[in-house]
Amino acid sequence: MVMKVYGAVLSTATMRVFATLYEKDLKFEFIPIDMPAGEHKKEHFLAVNPFGQIPAFKDGDLKLFESRAISQYIAHVHADEGSPLVCEGKPMATVGVWLDVEAHQFEPLALKLRRELLYKPRSGMATDAAVVEETEAKLAKVLDVYEARLSQSKYLGCDCFTLADLHHLPAMTSLMGTPVKKLFDARPKVSAWLADISARPAWAKVLAMRNQQ
Amino acid sequence: MVMKVYGAIASTATRRVFATLYEKDLEFEFVPVDLRAGEHKQGHFLARNPFGQVPAFEDGDLNLFESRAITKYVAYAYADKGTPLICEGKPMATVGVWMEVEAHQFDTLASKLQWELVYKPMFGMAKDAAVVEENEPKLAKVLDVYEARLSQSKYLGCDCFTLADLHHLPTLTNLMGTPLKKMFDARPKVSAWVANIMARPAWAKVLAMTNQQ
Repeated sequence: MVMKVYGAVLSTATMRVFATLYEKDLKFEFIPIDMPAGEHKKEHFLAVNPFGQIPAFKDGDLKLFESRAISQYIAHVHADEGSPLVCEGKPMATVGVWLDVEAHQFEPLALKLRRELLYKPRSGMATDAAVVEETEAKLAKVLDVYEARLSQSKYLGCDCFTLADLHHLPAMTSLMGTPVKKLFDARPKVSAWLADISARPAWAKVLAMRNQQ
Repeated sequence: MVMKVYGAIASTATRRVFATLYEKDLEFEFVPVDLRAGEHKQGHFLARNPFGQVPAFEDGDLNLFESRAITKYVAYAYADKGTPLICEGKPMATVGVWMEVEAHQFDTLASKLQWELVYKPMFGMAKDAAVVEENEPKLAKVLDVYEARLSQSKYLGCDCFTLADLHHLPTLTNLMGTPLKKMFDARPKVSAWVANIMARPAWAKVLAMTNQQ
């Protein structure tokens, strides 16, 4: 029975799961959830994610939600298939640190900027310039730490591409279409890392899903 | 060489690490970081956590930060000691989901409320009633999901106490000392779970550290 992903192609969290499945060359069925129609708040979806958020995931009788729990499950269970996205032994502890860095230090700022610079204009709302300025300054500091880290390590978690890098792709890619791109371009190691991970064939497949819609 | 925890007794994130070490009966050395003096922003501490936040952790030549990365490392590396805080095989996927739930659904709201109702009064700052009013109903909805979950499962992740439960303890304990206690008391399964996990001897040892100061 094939794995199922319930979500939306434009959702950063759903894209995180697609990227993981493509990296591991795993077959899956995508079940689109109609967000504008509020399908994510309806009973049949709440049965798979009681928090009413996408994505949700099924592997046989196992039901999961929270994109990073799903990606970690896939990476561990299918450790021998496709790209290794986790490490064995002690190096995994450091990958674990940078997994949490993405979730707690990077993403909240990235999503705030995406909301101001992409969602609000699209919905006819005004961007709050003060929020953008304040959040950009905080993101710059985070990227300074990334620049130092990437001067010591080829990828964030270790010398191989892992989930610690992959988890950044959806939010980071969306920011490349905004003036925030300059923060990444200004830092050579960060810029090279971003170019490298964005060029991965699995990521191109995720973006192709978006273009098909 | 004994493990070292660099942090502050009043810090919820540091307490998360203490709780894990006590659950596993592991010796460690606590190295206090003087937050009031800004020690966490100074060079020697930034070398341990470039984001300038407590806790940081050392096990031999392994240096970690982000409390939940530290607890996971300890739980896996010392799986055979003390309380098992993780599961083997498939059940760990569901524990993983509820670890993400604590980090993203619970802690985001609980930290905001804790700041307004516990820390601001401590520092002689005025509470922002609007923040409390906005976040209380959101936390109520999260606790409704917990109530349903705990009607099906003895603990959040599975039928045993794991990191998915433990990670809540520091912020939860703070909120139980505020009028928000009523939200937890109003939900029977949540209330029983709170009482159960707060009564664990390892947690009592963490609280005893405060009383020694």
